[in-house]
Amino acid sequence: MPKRTDIHKIMVIGSGPIIIGQAAEFDYSGTQACLALKELDYEVVLVNSNPATIMTDKEVADQVYLEPITLEFVSQILRKERPDAILPTLGGQQGLNMAMELSKSGILKELKIELLGTKLTAIDQAEDREQFKDLMEELGEPVPASGIAHTVEEALAFAEQSGYPVIVRPAFTMGGTGGGIAETAKELHDIAENGLSLSPVTQVLIEQSIAGYKEIEFEVMRDAADNAMVVCNMENFDPVGIHTGDSIVYAPVQTLADREVQMLRDASLKIIRALKIEGGCNVQLALDPDSFKYYIIEVNPRVSRSSALASKATGYPIAKMAAKIAVGLHLDEIKNPVTGTTYAEFEPALDYVVCKIPRWPFDKFTKADRRLGTQMKATGEVMAIGRNIEEATLKAVRSLEIGVHHVEEPALASVDDDELSDKLIHAQDDRLFYLAEAIRRGYTIEDLAELTKINVFFLDKLLHIVEIERALKANVDDLDVLTTAKRNGFADQTVADFWHESADTVRQFRESHQLKPVYKMVDTCAGEFESTTPYYYGTYEFENESIVDKKPSVLVLGSGPIRIGQGVEFDYATVHSVKAIQKAGYEAIIMNSNPETVSTDFSVSDKLYFEPLTLEDVLNVIELEQPRGVIVQFGGQTAINLAQPLADRGVKILGTSVADVNRAEDRDEFDKVIKSLQIPQPAGDTASDEATALAIADRLGYPVLVRPSYVLGGRAMEIVKKRADLDHYMHNAVKVSHDHPVLVDRYLVGKECEVDAICDGETVVIPGIMEHIERAGVHSGDSMAVYPPQSLSADVQAQIIKYTEQLAVALNCVGMMNIQFVIHDEQVYVIEVNPRASRTVPFLSKVTDIPMAQVATRVILGQSLKDQGYQTGLVKAGDMVHVKAPVFSFSKLNRVDSLLGPEMKSTGEVMGSDRTMAKALYKAFEAAKLHVPSNGNILFTVRDDDKPEAFKLAQRFHALGYQLLATTGTASYLTDNGLPVTVVKKIDSGEDDLLHQMEAGQVQAVVNTVSDEEQAADDGTLIRNTSIEHGIPLFTALDTVAAILQVRESQSFVTQAL
Amino acid sequence: MKRYLVLADGTIYPGTGFGAPAATVGELVFSTGMSGYQESITDQSYNGEILMFTYPLIGNYGINRDDHESIKPTCKGVVVHEVARRASNWRSEMSLDDYLKQNQIPGITDIDTRAVTKHIRKKGAMKATIVDEVLPDTVERLRVTELGKAVVAESSTTNAYPNPATGPNVVVVDFGLKHSILRELAKRHCNVTVLPYNTTASEIMALNPDGVMLTNGPGDPKDVPSALPMIREVEKHIPLFGICLGHQLFALANGADTFKMKFGHRGFNHPVREIATGRIDFTSQNHGYAVSRESLAKTDLMITHEEINDDTVEGVRHRDYAAFSVQYHPDAAPGPHDADHIFDEFIDLMAAHQVARKGSKFNA
Repeated sequence: MPKRTDIHKIMVIGSGPIIIGQAAEFDYSGTQACLALKELDYEVVLVNSNPATIMTDKEVADQVYLEPITLEFVSQILRKERPDAILPTLGGQQGLNMAMELSKSGILKELKIELLGTKLTAIDQAEDREQFKDLMEELGEPVPASGIAHTVEEALAFAEQSGYPVIVRPAFTMGGTGGGIAETAKELHDIAENGLSLSPVTQVLIEQSIAGYKEIEFEVMRDAADNAMVVCNMENFDPVGIHTGDSIVYAPVQTLADREVQMLRDASLKIIRALKIEGGCNVQLALDPDSFKYYIIEVNPRVSRSSALASKATGYPIAKMAAKIAVGLHLDEIKNPVTGTTYAEFEPALDYVVCKIPRWPFDKFTKADRRLGTQMKATGEVMAIGRNIEEATLKAVRSLEIGVHHVEEPALASVDDDELSDKLIHAQDDRLFYLAEAIRRGYTIEDLAELTKINVFFLDKLLHIVEIERALKANVDDLDVLTTAKRNGFADQTVADFWHESADTVRQFRESHQLKPVYKMVDTCAGEFESTTPYYYGTYEFENESIVDKKPSVLVLGSGPIRIGQGVEFDYATVHSVKAIQKAGYEAIIMNSNPETVSTDFSVSDKLYFEPLTLEDVLNVIELEQPRGVIVQFGGQTAINLAQPLADRGVKILGTSVADVNRAEDRDEFDKVIKSLQIPQPAGDTASDEATALAIADRLGYPVLVRPSYVLGGRAMEIVKKRADLDHYMHNAVKVSHDHPVLVDRYLVGKECEVDAICDGETVVIPGIMEHIERAGVHSGDSMAVYPPQSLSADVQAQIIKYTEQLAVALNCVGMMNIQFVIHDEQVYVIEVNPRASRTVPFLSKVTDIPMAQVATRVILGQSLKDQGYQTGLVKAGDMVHVKAPVFSFSKLNRVDSLLGPEMKSTGEVMGSDRTMAKALYKAFEAAKLHVPSNGNILFTVRDDDKPEAFKLAQRFHALGYQLLATTGTASYLTDNGLPVTVVKKIDSGEDDLLHQMEAGQVQAVVNTVSDEEQAADDGTLIRNTSIEHGIPLFTALDTVAAILQVRESQSFVTQAL
Repeated sequence: MKRYLVLADGTIYPGTGFGAPAATVGELVFSTGMSGYQESITDQSYNGEILMFTYPLIGNYGINRDDHESIKPTCKGVVVHEVARRASNWRSEMSLDDYLKQNQIPGITDIDTRAVTKHIRKKGAMKATIVDEVLPDTVERLRVTELGKAVVAESSTTNAYPNPATGPNVVVVDFGLKHSILRELAKRHCNVTVLPYNTTASEIMALNPDGVMLTNGPGDPKDVPSALPMIREVEKHIPLFGICLGHQLFALANGADTFKMKFGHRGFNHPVREIATGRIDFTSQNHGYAVSRESLAKTDLMITHEEINDDTVEGVRHRDYAAFSVQYHPDAAPGPHDADHIFDEFIDLMAAHQVARKGSKFNA
């Protein structure tokens, strides 16, 4: 059937801010969907609150609403836009949940709006545990024995019967939020209680544990004519028990005979047909490793993280096809965009192996619980393609950017056997490294399989890697062994370590013997049909397929896996840079390792190399492609860190020169620049050992801000108030050395703001100044930011503009730079200069309507700003106020302290725009799901320093009619100053203590600034954790509280007695 | 051990030997299925062919006792990118390497199978040999080697045998049958008699079957002329169903023509549309020849199925007789089960024919 003509206008719901379990993959799928619908001449209305996305670019939809994805705002947009239909299946769980909420509110019926893709009944059948179970029974598809519980008691009763362990899965949560495996009644009690509170329908599924089964996934598609097909199947390295988002995954399946594959394929197709999904669907299955017995674990009736992975793994654009199917097209009517010759009704055949490894945030959250289970914890993932498992795995490992280039973590060599076996049984994020270590120590793979339930097939691949390691050690400079090592994915650096040589020496040796990678195409059809997809991966084989175009090219380095501090914002900038390169008449080549992103959609660039972003892999591509130069400004720290080593090897870095990058990033060099310009900066110095650090701090006076140099996202950055703490920091938080010095700065209390600027060496354009709501001390990535600034004096703004212009010119900046300032007593100080695109580029580009990354790219390619119509200075702001707010994923991570500080903790962002600051703030808070109701109880528990300020805030809450609660210390301060406060009962003092009150919904917001060390008695961490678990808005910075008060005050009338 | 894959056009790919150490000659073809190597290697349709897998890891789950498609495999060689060091699956009984050794089939690994696949895609399927060393005359000798035309005779049973059950009486004419055809018939309780490929119509009629099946098999359909008069006679009286080579023979018998495809269809992601209903099935395929679409115009056959990408004729039906055939394998194994309903259609056809003839169904 051709596309539907009875609908004209379609609303697409995005997935909102990036949180664990719902990340950049939905920018990729949403962008694809919007473009596909536009291609079919539908008018597309998009709602998404996340500015850091390509999908919210004006060109992607006809109407882009950067508004909160809440019933209130989406309903308003529906009334205004009157679309004929909504496509909710491409915005993750957020999109589906929003659709359900809209439907329940009655507005869809009222406005006669149709839901495309997946019907509500199917959403219910797939997501409501009880209905899902019924459907599977009806289909004769096995599900693990399970029971639905609405109370903890029901959960315990089920487990009594089924026996432990059991798995707890809360209904209608994404990424397994609140789920877990319970081995004992006590564990079940805790997990079920938490899960029930997180489930919007207070419902959890208690399930017989099938931990140890093979975990298999099928990505399936179906159209309205009931054509159904499998795009990709995948096998998890980690057996059932670890969330698939936290599992190492291979595509296609590896250890299943065809009979098993077809059995599971049949089941998956039967399910998508029964659910009548028109679009994509993900089916997760558990297969007994010792029989044909299998169970259906879960069905996602929408495009998911796995479908993004499957799209990149096969080349088959699932989201694009799903959108077309949703408007009535059939699979056999849509051309397969990869081959251009075959139809979308085609099950891709792979002739390579794909390995996905999750990227976890434990390098930043060092205190977090690293154990893996049914709750997803990864913030991102990498994918690598190779011609065998070893190659794909090792390429993926070195794509992770966790400081290793091989499955070897040197620190593990000193772990004792007891700990080793504990870490093998109780999987953490680093189990792969423990497995390799165990094999090196002589554990047999049979023993390891017994301990871990990981299939020996996969363990044998690790064993093979270790065998090659031994061969390398025993045969220095042996070409045959090197060839074997390279074919199995070893990095030059790894070989160099074994041979006690430099990686450059290995490279020269290898190249002198013509041992170089070739690049093969990802074509969906294993070479059966002619394809022109410009999508390649490197491998050590016979034939190279990547033909170098005559047109001059420019290589853009992407930003690798999404992690805290380096998120989707950098992908946004990368994609924009590519567009500008193409418009300038060059061929744009992208290298990246992240399957979730828009930049790794092969239709974005002229050529995509899906490769690790390491020096060796980048040099290999450069050697083949011979680009005019490399752009490193948009790929975050990943790309900028490659600038120096690339330049050292003769590669031309386009834009700001490497020497100038160093002048900005090297503390001593930067000092010289800033002194010569006479720009104020907080006094500070560089220490390369502990004693020097202490001496500097003594000289500056406490508090001081300490951090390692060359970091992103404020990793290991701390405000230190006394000498003993600095001593502790130097010994525990960082490994200081001459090569890795620590910066010690005076900590200035004041307002923070930042600018992004574009410079061509002469002209310096400042698109905007962003004022942070939280004062210095909270990482800029975790601060709310307002554009244009609302409280900066003209003098302060003038200083900011002046310093920015001076610095950009002095640093010979060509392209983008970002400068952070602190304002202390009306004096502006420079805190930090980043000679690259920052995370605020998408936000600022959107609110100023200046495509900053594109303008900067044109500058980098040689077009002056003047020629582009820009002049030096701050661009005049419009009449709207825009607020960017951070979003956190604390509910997914146990034992991570949610107290904000200089170390970045947020995973995503939203924005709110309106005519007044208060309205913009309201939208930002709503979009971030920090909803404080108009009345109720506000709990205060603050440290001594904050009490006077907290008093003023409490007073304002009181004036609005809120009831005040406080812990003993805070309460007495507030009471002494004349506020009516209820003292909450100490934790553990019984049924009606604070935590119980919070759990019972008697607390509407929490203001908590007590850190662990200070007043353990106040149980700051416990209170924060309880707020997070129960979704109570939590504020750990008083400035944020002032902002929410501003919102509430603007919405209320003053009621004052005479 | 270093071995070489040498193609008739002189292209040489060095690799490592596995399986039997013998030299071999055959037509080099590729299959894109990502699983199912055991079924493919034991599929008699590969008789005379060197089978290359495009999926790079072969042997991962070993060889089991259940998934054979014939007792004695006859493919001439196996080409892979990487043969598994260690197989792992609960049913695995031996490694692929051991199995090939046991069956005297040579294999070669460490080959850039994608490069070879693309080569064949461009140049067409061609003769190839796997040898220990490349001598000056290796290519020339390969060029002049005639590949055997008696592959059907080799693959077919020489003796009739039954597979008794209580359902409709089906005669299966074996041109190199896959066991999965018998499995599908058994699933439907057919009382099967398997006859050799050169069975005559009168021998079949003597058994008075409810239906006749023409199986798959290796090689060029034009090398099996003896089957054509048999088909022409049988189709007039008894419901007939052909698969793969059986389909091609059915078409030839009715005046259509067949041709050799450039590199064939081997794999199981070929979408096939049933023209009458629009239904699309993903089908398991293994054929290097196909029925010419144009040649059907002047026959009594009508096209019922086609491949959606290249329009290959995938199924035909006789306008007057209860006879039809499909080019693909509704018996799957390896590959998807989407099309197994075709067997039900055969059962229905036999039943309808019974009703028409005798006023009642089978006495099952």
